[in-house]
Amino acid sequence: MNSQEGAGVVIHGTAPSIFLRNISKAFGETIALSDVSLDLRVGEVHALLGENGAGKTTLMKILYGLTQPDTGLIEAGGVALTINSPRDARAAGIGMVTQHFSLVKNMTVVENIALASANTFSLDLASVRKEINAASAKFGLEVSPDAVISSLPVALQQRVEILKALMSGCRYLILDEPTAVLGPQDIDSLLEVIKKLRSESGIGIVLISHKMAEIEQVADRVSVLRRGKVVSNSKVSGMSSQELIGLMMGNDEVAVAQRRPTQQLFGDPILALKGISVTTESGELNEVSFDVRSGEIVGVAGVSGNGQAELVRVLSGTLALDKGSVVIEGNTLGQTTPQSLMRAGVGMLGEDRHASAVHALQVMENLVLDCIDNFATKFQLKQKEILEHCESAITQFEIKTTPKQPLGTLSGGNMQKVLLARLFSRKPKVAIISQPTRGLDVMATRYVRSLIMQASTEGTAVLLVSEDLDEVLELADRVAVMYRGAIIGIVDGSTATRETLGQLMAGIKQ
Amino acid sequence: MIDITQEIIGSSLRIATPLALAALGELVTEKSGVLNLGVEGIMYGSAFVGIATAAHTGSLTTGLIAALVTGAAAGLIFAFLTVTLGVNQHVAGLGLTLFMISFSNSANRIMFTSDGGQVRVDPWRPIDFGGPIFSQYWITYATFLFIVPLTWWLMRRSGLGLKIRAVGENPEAADVAGIDVTKTRYTAILIGSIYMAAGGAFITLAFVGSFTINIINGRGWVALALVIFGRWKIGRLLAGAALFSLINAGQLQLRLLPSFSNVPFEILLALPYLAVIIGLAVSGRNIPYPGAYLKPYKRH
Repeated sequence: MNSQEGAGVVIHGTAPSIFLRNISKAFGETIALSDVSLDLRVGEVHALLGENGAGKTTLMKILYGLTQPDTGLIEAGGVALTINSPRDARAAGIGMVTQHFSLVKNMTVVENIALASANTFSLDLASVRKEINAASAKFGLEVSPDAVISSLPVALQQRVEILKALMSGCRYLILDEPTAVLGPQDIDSLLEVIKKLRSESGIGIVLISHKMAEIEQVADRVSVLRRGKVVSNSKVSGMSSQELIGLMMGNDEVAVAQRRPTQQLFGDPILALKGISVTTESGELNEVSFDVRSGEIVGVAGVSGNGQAELVRVLSGTLALDKGSVVIEGNTLGQTTPQSLMRAGVGMLGEDRHASAVHALQVMENLVLDCIDNFATKFQLKQKEILEHCESAITQFEIKTTPKQPLGTLSGGNMQKVLLARLFSRKPKVAIISQPTRGLDVMATRYVRSLIMQASTEGTAVLLVSEDLDEVLELADRVAVMYRGAIIGIVDGSTATRETLGQLMAGIKQ
Repeated sequence: MIDITQEIIGSSLRIATPLALAALGELVTEKSGVLNLGVEGIMYGSAFVGIATAAHTGSLTTGLIAALVTGAAAGLIFAFLTVTLGVNQHVAGLGLTLFMISFSNSANRIMFTSDGGQVRVDPWRPIDFGGPIFSQYWITYATFLFIVPLTWWLMRRSGLGLKIRAVGENPEAADVAGIDVTKTRYTAILIGSIYMAAGGAFITLAFVGSFTINIINGRGWVALALVIFGRWKIGRLLAGAALFSLINAGQLQLRLLPSFSNVPFEILLALPYLAVIIGLAVSGRNIPYPGAYLKPYKRH
């Protein structure tokens, strides 16, 4: 919180230069942004913090002209800007580096940058090369102009993107999770570049991120988005990382029910993880061990990217273990597959509901997808039984649909109910449930949480992985906090608070 | 006139038989998310192996079985390449077609035509239930009265069909639901290849009774187009096959008319293919490809 103070001060206090006013945006029934206002200043690093799906990227895509708001406007110097395309945005001095780079891989750096400004007829690569060299020197972004993009490591490709934006004359630069694709050393040098752009060139930078450390290191101000709303906007120097995590992950508005009373008597451990380690490109698990008892809900909390996704993939059988084992009711499963886990009685609700739903198939077909053989004779599907099964699920789970509707036409909440109906109607011994209410409205959220509670009351051992702290605090009997691929602590649900969990999530052990 | 109409309908049913078999086979395959461009080759190879075996053993039935086994073997190779190894499906399919055609042509030359001869069998004869429409080969009856409903039932009413559709739309979801993606795709490819082989064998063992170079003459490619034209629906696919066959049968009849004697027959011959192009152009927008079309599946 101290490194940048001296450098930034010079240009600080400049009047806000770009206003986003009352921006709202919905995609179908999903509300991505609701009445968001934000101001950006030159010479300032403004961090946008929020969990996946909070609306950060959508907001910045609106500013950059990649998508249009439903309502709201963008202003600069008291004049409303019309930004219908990235071209308009660049004309207004706004540049963006998206998560997926927009570089032509088989072309050189010069050619890529020339593309942005190319005339129809003349192509003067030599002068573009000169401009690149001048700009690299000015901004401290070293690149070799004649390298082919595909031969460059990701960090350098990103540097080309930044250079491209700067050379188009932008005064505001949006970086969408720029460090997500970088290794630690590249992160450090990128953060140096950001500081330098702000203090030496007076560029206003929007840094989309959910990493506390880098926000503390380079940002001047931070706005926290949660469920499509700005819940906080303040100077970074006044906030602790626990506070920020708390803001990002929970607020009382959606806390829908009382914490459920902790059951004193749990059954035997049903699911036990013993020393599980895996390594993937996206993350790792490091000696993860814990168990879940019958009738118990164990919540897994953590800032996203600390191993939760890998844990869920291990328990869905789609990620091979390096070490350790999964034990179900005393039976060691060693290497897991979706089939072996299902046979052992594990049911699964994945983080991305669209990945576990077959949109083109009917609701009734999706409902029996994981137990087709129970609903088929040797020769054919038992159509009548499937229909009856579906109708009773529709009634029981209050799904707004008809059995033969293609699943893809349902709203997010109803689709989630179909998947939960499929999961719970098998009466699983263990239910692995990941981000069950992401993107759902309050009513659907409340209903989904009550279903999870009910299943555990009926004896299912529930592992609930959620980035929503309120959800974890409301449902979990015990909370396991993940940090850098390991369980940093397990806290009793009835005594856990947002503060204690926030500390653990920031990597601080009591 | 009525006679000509009946002749045209009867003849188009014969023409439609191999097309329907191959296209249904391709539909089953593609519904699992795999494009099999080997259809022309599988038809070609099976047509040859079928007649060669029949000529050798004197039994058309043995020939048909050999043809189906050939199709299954080719399908197995294709499945190994595309499902197990995840090879590009275009490359694997075109490679299979080229191989099957060249292999058949070489074998044909070595076995039958080196002394200027030709392999011939006494083919199956049409079974006459009265009139030109109902005088068809048994395979034609079997295709439209048995295979078509069977295929519909397989895709819409059986557990296997539901699995095939699920892995073709979203293999990740199917896998997590406990469906064996690899096994299901192998099965779909195998069923499809056997259908294609039946289509090929029909041509040599019933329709023609001999084997000549280029005997399949693009029927496999037409079958591929029919699947797209039919939007992966059996009814529409059959309608497309009927349309193509009617135009084909029609142009055969036109050629016999005196007033058309001055029209080069190549122009008439091209009519059905022109219809395919127009049909695809008209129906080719917003095509509902299976969600996982062309995508090999691997757990990460």
